Amino acid sequence: MRKYLLSVHSVAGEVRNPMTDEEMQETTKHVYALQEEMKSAGAWVFGGRLHEPDTATVVRVSNGEVLTTDGPFAESKEHLAGFYIVEAADLDAALVWASRTTAIVGAPIEVRPFQDESEA
Amino acid sequence: MRDADVAPELDVAEVGRIFREEYGRSVATLIRVFGDIDVAEDAVQDAFVEALRRWPRDGLPPNPGGWITTTARNRAIDGRRRASRGLQLLSEVAVLMPGNEDPLPEEAGPVRDDRLRLIFTCCHPALSTEAQVALTLRLLGGLTTDEVARAFLVAVPTMAQRLVRAKRKIKAAQIPFRVPQDQELPDRVRAVLTVIYLIYNAGAESPAGGHRPGDDLRGEAIRLVRLLVSLMPDEPEAAGLLALLLLTESRRAARFAADGSLVLLRDQDRGRWDRVMINEGQTIVRACLRRNQPGPYQLQAAINAVHADADSVEATDWSQVVALYDQLLAVAPTPVVALNRAIAVSEVDGPDAVLALVDGLGLDGYYAYHASRADLLRRLNRPDEAADAYEIAALLAPTVAERVFLARQARRYRHPLKSRDTSTE
Repeated sequence: MRKYLLSVHSVAGEVRNPMTDEEMQETTKHVYALQEEMKSAGAWVFGGRLHEPDTATVVRVSNGEVLTTDGPFAESKEHLAGFYIVEAADLDAALVWASRTTAIVGAPIEVRPFQDESEA
Repeated sequence: MRDADVAPELDVAEVGRIFREEYGRSVATLIRVFGDIDVAEDAVQDAFVEALRRWPRDGLPPNPGGWITTTARNRAIDGRRRASRGLQLLSEVAVLMPGNEDPLPEEAGPVRDDRLRLIFTCCHPALSTEAQVALTLRLLGGLTTDEVARAFLVAVPTMAQRLVRAKRKIKAAQIPFRVPQDQELPDRVRAVLTVIYLIYNAGAESPAGGHRPGDDLRGEAIRLVRLLVSLMPDEPEAAGLLALLLLTESRRAARFAADGSLVLLRDQDRGRWDRVMINEGQTIVRACLRRNQPGPYQLQAAINAVHADADSVEATDWSQVVALYDQLLAVAPTPVVALNRAIAVSEVDGPDAVLALVDGLGLDGYYAYHASRADLLRRLNRPDEAADAYEIAALLAPTVAERVFLARQARRYRHPLKSRDTSTE
């Protein structure tokens, strides 16, 4: 078994057709159902939706001091909107979870393997 | 086949040839056993060094493929044992000891050949097309990194890097070594066929005249698709691609003039077409027709089978060709297919009606569009416009053979009188 990061990417300013409240509820329902399925399949490790990137704070070491600054680390149009960490037998199995997630949330998903502790 | 009465000349080249033939099978088996591509490749390389020492002295073993796999496997186990001496990893090695013939359980599924698994790993959609092609040639075709680099006109370090990166991704992301399940199989087979088709076309673009990398690639593509057909006999498109490649390859000798320039289908000396390949290709096409599950490769093969039946352009059953293009357009509705269909239509209905048809296809950046348009204008007796179109086509053409041919056509129709002399050169 291997762990994969399934990151959901959004593009700022690229507003999809605004959802009605009803559609929003529908999507949320599907997301929860999928998460439940991940849990009962033993694939679920962790996951969640993130607030907008302008809620981010960055800390870094500069001249031996820790500096805290406002804003996302990288100024870019694409940003991380949420992610899952799943455990899967191989890439194909991880891609199935990713495919089902993207079908629900309508945003592209990047699938990346975690390093094993033995690889680190 | 080897002649048993003659002591085989087992020099380095001959051992190399045998290894390349057996490479895919051995590497695939060892990848299954050890679960690691690099370990498998290194082990087969070790076996090659061993063979170079032993075969010329002891003679060729009765089953060279089996010898290579066993030797490579033992070498890899020795290597692991050395590496793990004094470590607890010895217990892991015990699983891989000789005598334990099949340490990994066979998985369910209709086909059990390791090479088939390897093809699907190499052509996994998580890898770039370039990486898919390179890996397939390296791991299944047994081409060296240098050979793959040369065939694609890429610097050797670039190609080496491409292969390393692809193998790293397979390992890190755990791209499976497995024949895909039924519901994903059609898409994945299509990806494999695309890779084989790309390999053939890369070989077809290299000029004639015994240019080795190109010949190698075309031969390798045909060998791979043959393998695929034998491993997946129920896959009609695999058979279709084999027929298409055979029928295309059958015209190879007639496709280039002595100076390396292209000879169009209409001008080819059909006596130089390879009848053996044509027969095999046409037999497959007939079997496909009986199976009646048409797909793009089968239909293209059928179109080529019709051409192969005719002694000349005039004797070609063009209405049959148009009917097949209609079917092809239905399953593969691309402007390029529409262009080829239009050309076939022009052979039935004349060039007049077709010119307007091709102009609406939006293929301005595609050299074959301009070449086809030039040909229609030529047939319509509009030499200046034909010359213009030939010139644009020559600028856009991807290969030297085509550029030479098209530039010559442009000159010929620009200056109809002058070129009559040059054409007799």
